[in-house]
Amino acid sequence: MMSTGSNRFYMEMDAVSENEAFARVCIAAFCARLDPTLEEINDIKTAVSEAVTNSIIHGYRKQGGVIHMQADIDDNILTICISDDGCGIADVNKAMEPLYTTGALEERSGMGFTFMEIFMDCLQVESEPGKGTKVIMKKEISKNK
Amino acid sequence: MAEPYTVKGDCLIIHFEEELDHHLTEKLRDVIDGVIESRGIRYLILDFENQSFMDSSGIGFIMGRYKRLAPYRGKIYVTNLGRGLERIFKIAGLYTITVEKDSVDAALCEAGGKI
Repeated sequence: MMSTGSNRFYMEMDAVSENEAFARVCIAAFCARLDPTLEEINDIKTAVSEAVTNSIIHGYRKQGGVIHMQADIDDNILTICISDDGCGIADVNKAMEPLYTTGALEERSGMGFTFMEIFMDCLQVESEPGKGTKVIMKKEISKNK
Repeated sequence: MAEPYTVKGDCLIIHFEEELDHHLTEKLRDVIDGVIESRGIRYLILDFENQSFMDSSGIGFIMGRYKRLAPYRGKIYVTNLGRGLERIFKIAGLYTITVEKDSVDAALCEAGGKI
């Protein structure tokens, strides 16, 4: 196992659907130094994809805006923070319920937050109507594979 | 984008070459529904041989196509799911609305299409 230490990156991207794949590639490249398993990489990519997609579809209602993504590595703990300055969520607990969606007509499955919870170790959502949404997720990357 | 699908009889096969996310489902949905409508498709075969990423947008896409095919007593087959996708299918309960097959040919065979 290589020595990991700490590292961090921050980026801003337009809230357009092309950037969903871009965000996944960035996070995968960033945590490559922790030597994650394929499964861990997939979990992280999926969680990031859900958060970025939420900002595009729900935060900015597909009208565009800026998405902020920051990731930190501290030893073998990865922390990801994805935020937007969009419309925010009135009832965060409700939004986090599995299968709850405001986008049923657009074939949204309502599984976004559920996937973030399942695929990461820890999920925290901060939001208020009119004040955007911030999602903070943590995952421990296994050592000594 | 080159046509990412082939039609055989009343089977529509989608070979996913790009990761199945919100971006791809937005591009694909109307195209696929148009083909289902115009070619009288009853069976959809989703093949993940060439790439194996899917997030919750993919779940919505599969559920949407399931609803569309249901009136025609259609079916959705999935092939070449890797371990990661199998996990997603289990968590999302997608195995209740899809049938997993080892290969596209096996799915075509069961659907009764001509190989």
